[in-house]
Amino acid sequence: MIEVSGVSKSYGKTLVVDGVTLSLPKGGLTSIIGPNGAGKSTLMSMIARLLPMDAGSVVVDGLDVTNVSGDVLARRLSILRQDNHLTARLTVTDLVTFGRYPYSKGRPTLEDRDHVERAIDYLGLADLRHRFLDELSGGQRQRAFVAMVLCQDTDYMLFDEPLNNLDISHSVSMMKLLRDSARDLGKTVVMVLHDINFASCYSDHIVVMRDGRLFLQGTPTDIVRQEILSEIYGTEFRVHELDGNRIATFY
Amino acid sequence: MSPDVLRKTSLVTLSILAVLSLVSAVAFMTWGARGSWSFVLSFRGTRLAALIIVAYAISVSTVLFQTITGNRILTPSIMGFDALYVLLQTVLVFTLGAAATSAIDPRLMFIVEVAAMVGFSLLLFRFLFSGHAQNIHLLVLVGIVLGVLFRSLSGFLQRIINPDDFVVLQDRLFASFNITDGTLVGVSAVLVAGVSVFIWRMRDTFDVLALGRDMAISLGLDYQAATTRILILVAILISVSTALVGPVTFFGLLVANLAYLIIPASRHRYTLPAAVLISVLCLVGGQTILERLFAFDTALSIIIEFAGGLFFILFLLKGRNR
Ligand SMILES: Nc1ncnc2c1ncn2[C@@H]1O[C@H](COP(=O)(O)OP(=O)(O)OP(=O)(O)O)[C@@H](O)[C@H]1O
Ligand SMILES: [Mg+2]
Repeated sequence: MIEVSGVSKSYGKTLVVDGVTLSLPKGGLTSIIGPNGAGKSTLMSMIARLLPMDAGSVVVDGLDVTNVSGDVLARRLSILRQDNHLTARLTVTDLVTFGRYPYSKGRPTLEDRDHVERAIDYLGLADLRHRFLDELSGGQRQRAFVAMVLCQDTDYMLFDEPLNNLDISHSVSMMKLLRDSARDLGKTVVMVLHDINFASCYSDHIVVMRDGRLFLQGTPTDIVRQEILSEIYGTEFRVHELDGNRIATFY
Repeated sequence: MSPDVLRKTSLVTLSILAVLSLVSAVAFMTWGARGSWSFVLSFRGTRLAALIIVAYAISVSTVLFQTITGNRILTPSIMGFDALYVLLQTVLVFTLGAAATSAIDPRLMFIVEVAAMVGFSLLLFRFLFSGHAQNIHLLVLVGIVLGVLFRSLSGFLQRIINPDDFVVLQDRLFASFNITDGTLVGVSAVLVAGVSVFIWRMRDTFDVLALGRDMAISLGLDYQAATTRILILVAILISVSTALVGPVTFFGLLVANLAYLIIPASRHRYTLPAAVLISVLCLVGGQTILERLFAFDTALSIIIEFAGGLFFILFLLKGRNR
């Protein structure tokens, strides 16, 4: 379980995350949605101890992220940030192998190599495994980063807009992959999403942020509603029931 | 490229560099030697050792500094680290006086200077690189301004210092690639060896650090501790090289980037040795050719700085600063 209590962050005088209290149960897929600048990425970075918080605490499976040794947490929780720039020149295999660092400290064993191969296959990168990252398309690179996080094989996986740059078919297969790892392997997946319909069809739980605050949370049925979405985004929405899923249109 | 091909290419490149460096070292020792061999060998041996130590210190400190700052254009010297060393030296002689300074055991003195250097550079670094958003051009500018500031302060103190002290100071600061002081070389060798032990112990963390702060932390590295440790090692290496040959601004940039260029993938196990070997090759080979072939004595630093400076400008123009 991830317990976020009273977490705040400000830059200068602007409060960008304002006393968020939230608890995310173990297992299942949670989506965080909300307008640009709502504080989603900031909150996620604080949960993953990448950003110090000004107030509050985050506890993951009883471990306070600000105190626990980074090494221990790295075997429980992993994160993929929204933007990933690398100075280093690496191949796909090299990058994915770093996912095993928390276990093997830079000396991958045979078992680690298996993990790497599996993660590469899951993300359909088998043909690209020896390419350098700067020789890949944006979507291919994004998949390589996701493969690295999968390879870290932690109980909790946080993704900040994992569908960035992905085409529709790869978005669908990535969502299925993450949902399956939540369902079948008992992983806890938390992701920031902008696509309401992916959030609606694949999430067990949706968290809505607005203006740095926790605005609402609930199941897709609770959240994906015309009046609620319109209020969150300030845009007209229509919500349809299709094959048991709630689909929002907004054009 | 597959891992096997990468490994092979890198190893072949390293072997070629090693052979070339060895050849240049042998040429340095033996070419044009006249008179007693034992004298020539010990005299040139000291100079060769000094050149190799400097080459090693500059290249390793630059590569590691670039790893923790996540860029390939800033180097400790561009950020004014060696100007800082010169300033520390000047302040020391200025406040204590040359007589007192010379009375101190040079080894103790060196250690004190290195300690001061480490302290200052940690402060400077924390101040400059603690923010999340780093504007590389701003940092270059800050570095250049700091370098000018340190140099002008040193220049100012050197002007108002008493002339006797100045002579001593000049002697300490304006060393060229022509070092013959065996004690200094010895102390430097010991320090560099000590630093290398720590570097060896940390070798598995460098590649992770190169992924950047966020990824390093999420892979479980104690980022703050690791970067602080590396920064201390870098400060020591810079002190050693500046004490031996004075400030060298662009050389590190040149050799580090050549290393990144010829080693296909960014792995420190290959890029670090490659940078060291290129650096040795440039200094020892360059010095040999200049001295023996052209009978120039002090021009090496000028040529190296010129080439490095050109590289720096090229880099800025090409915008390859990430
Ligand atoms: N380093 C920073 N300095 C100052 N303000 C920042 C910084 N990082 C983020 N902010 C501000 O904090 C607010 C929240 O940013 P955050 O990245 O968390 O938004 P987000 O919900 O992830 O948005 P998006 O959907 O666009 O990714 C924004 O208004 C942003 O401008
Ligand atoms: Mg964001």
